[in-house]
Amino acid sequence: MTDVKKIINRTIREYGKERQALMPMLQAIVQVKNHLDDGDMIAVAEALNLSAAEVFGTASFYTFLDTEPRGKYIIRVCKTISCHMAGKDEIIKVLEKHLRIKVGQTTRDNMFSLLTVNCLGWCHKGPVMLVNDDVYPELTPKSAIEIIESYISRK
Amino acid sequence: MMECNKLKRVDIIFCRKGFDLFEVVEKALSRDPDDLISDMIDSGLKGRGGAGFPTGLKWKLARNEEQDEKYVVCNADEGEPGTFKDREILDQVPEKVFGGMAICAYTIGAKKGYIYLRGEYNFLIPKLTEKLEIFNRSLKQIGLDFTIRLRSGSGAYICGEESALFESMEGKRGEPRNKPPYPTVQGYLGKPTVINNVETLVYAFMISRIGPEAFKEMGTKDSRGSKVFSISGDTPRPGIYELELGMTVEDFVNEFGDGDTKAVQVGGASGGCIPRKDFPNTIIGYEGIPTGGSMMLFNSSRSMYNVLHNYLEFFTEESCGQCTPCRVGCQQLLKGIESVKKGDRPPSYLRELVKLAKTMKIAAKCGLGQSVANPFVSIIKNYKEEIIH
Ligand SMILES: Cc1cc2nc3c(=O)[nH]c(=O)nc-3n(C[C@H](O)[C@H](O)[C@H](O)COP(=O)(O)O)c2cc1C
Ligand code: SF4
Ligand code: FES
Repeated sequence: MTDVKKIINRTIREYGKERQALMPMLQAIVQVKNHLDDGDMIAVAEALNLSAAEVFGTASFYTFLDTEPRGKYIIRVCKTISCHMAGKDEIIKVLEKHLRIKVGQTTRDNMFSLLTVNCLGWCHKGPVMLVNDDVYPELTPKSAIEIIESYISRK
Repeated sequence: MMECNKLKRVDIIFCRKGFDLFEVVEKALSRDPDDLISDMIDSGLKGRGGAGFPTGLKWKLARNEEQDEKYVVCNADEGEPGTFKDREILDQVPEKVFGGMAICAYTIGAKKGYIYLRGEYNFLIPKLTEKLEIFNRSLKQIGLDFTIRLRSGSGAYICGEESALFESMEGKRGEPRNKPPYPTVQGYLGKPTVINNVETLVYAFMISRIGPEAFKEMGTKDSRGSKVFSISGDTPRPGIYELELGMTVEDFVNEFGDGDTKAVQVGGASGGCIPRKDFPNTIIGYEGIPTGGSMMLFNSSRSMYNVLHNYLEFFTEESCGQCTPCRVGCQQLLKGIESVKKGDRPPSYLRELVKLAKTMKIAAKCGLGQSVANPFVSIIKNYKEEIIH
């Protein structure tokens, strides 16, 4: 059985086969693969007895349910006002330079994608970024690079 | 004479001392649900998620629905820019949130509860799951048939709007529904549902413990009790503070400003901007400027054009696109101030834009589109020069 099939079966055991299981199922796939491809969405549609269009329609609504391939680690830098005032532009600049990509792109080795997002709920400790689910508040250009390096050495 | 209070720190939400959580829940469950509801109404507690609907009344409406299946939903989608208190509450005192949900479930007759946690707070899931397991088990032991489960969002601000949140939980696009029917009649899966903000649920829990009187004593006639504020921007003391309601913006700025505060944005991107001249006569509360808790301070080094531009970008991205006034309106307001700034349009064009924002207030389907006028009109009105030049 493929990974995705396993995830689908596991989610059905926990959440049932009703449509309410759709978000948890898509989220569980993204948790492992960092994005959803057409095959995943068709498999989900079959499992929950939905049309593929309904699954695509739902997935495409949500920022975190990416339908584009992304790197192993998705960096999301907050661009909303408090982080803006705290210097998020500088953080984005050093990350772009260090990773040699622009916002919206993925490194060639598929390790990192760099994205910007709206308020992450750490406005008193900006600038802040997420790397997958982990939060890094009170960034400085130096700490931002150290954090990225720590992911590289984890591989 | 305007009724207002001096700024005062309060310790209700995060306080853990002096009581046993399950004793409070058990005591509530030994009382008549109607009495619990009248306490809640009597306390004057209003929703802390932004809209400010009286909590006791909401519970009562759901209780009055004759349906076997009802739900309690905790709104932990916290996406309003400048708000971060719900994260801290769920991190520090999650059991008090669960306790509030359990008491609500008992009063309205719900067997299932959900916490809808924004995807940005996924890091809280392991801890919350563990605590929920223990809590659910303890509820069984004291004989309440109610189970709380966790659901996650996936990065959409609009899913904080209650009906969009239900759509999302139902596996659909997070597009707000028409209202009425309201959630207390048709909420999650079309069943009567009480949806409350994280902080509201903790206050509900604490009112069961300290009684409505102690709560009501604080605040003003229209804004009872205290509230948790998320404070950011140009301040030497950013962070989370629980304060008595009813203080003026002036008092607030004296405590949290950096000595050079030019404006305070109260209520996040969808709130209003208070300029310095209005600090003394603006009350932070439902009678003045209401807030879900976001307080952003700006000093004189900040360009209000940049602030407004950032908010409009936010709305343009987060509009669900379902209705035209909001989808097109947000884009036009953003393009509009850009073109005035560049000189492609005359300053008088701002008047047209203000008209558009006011039209959105009337014509947009949900609170997102309806709120854009709050920051737009207040910033244009008070900082026109900064927008033009
Ligand atoms: C665009 C939009 C976003 C919202 N986001 C939230 C949110 O993140 N958290 C919240 O509690 N309420 C949010 N609300 C308000 C909810 O619709 C609802 O009024 C609230 O959850 C009710 O709880 P309360 O009465 O305890 O405040 C939002 C409303 C709108 C229009
Ligand atoms: S007002 Fe905006 S967010 Fe609300 S339903 Fe219309 S398009 Fe969607
Ligand atoms: S503005 Fe960046 S976390 Fe809120």
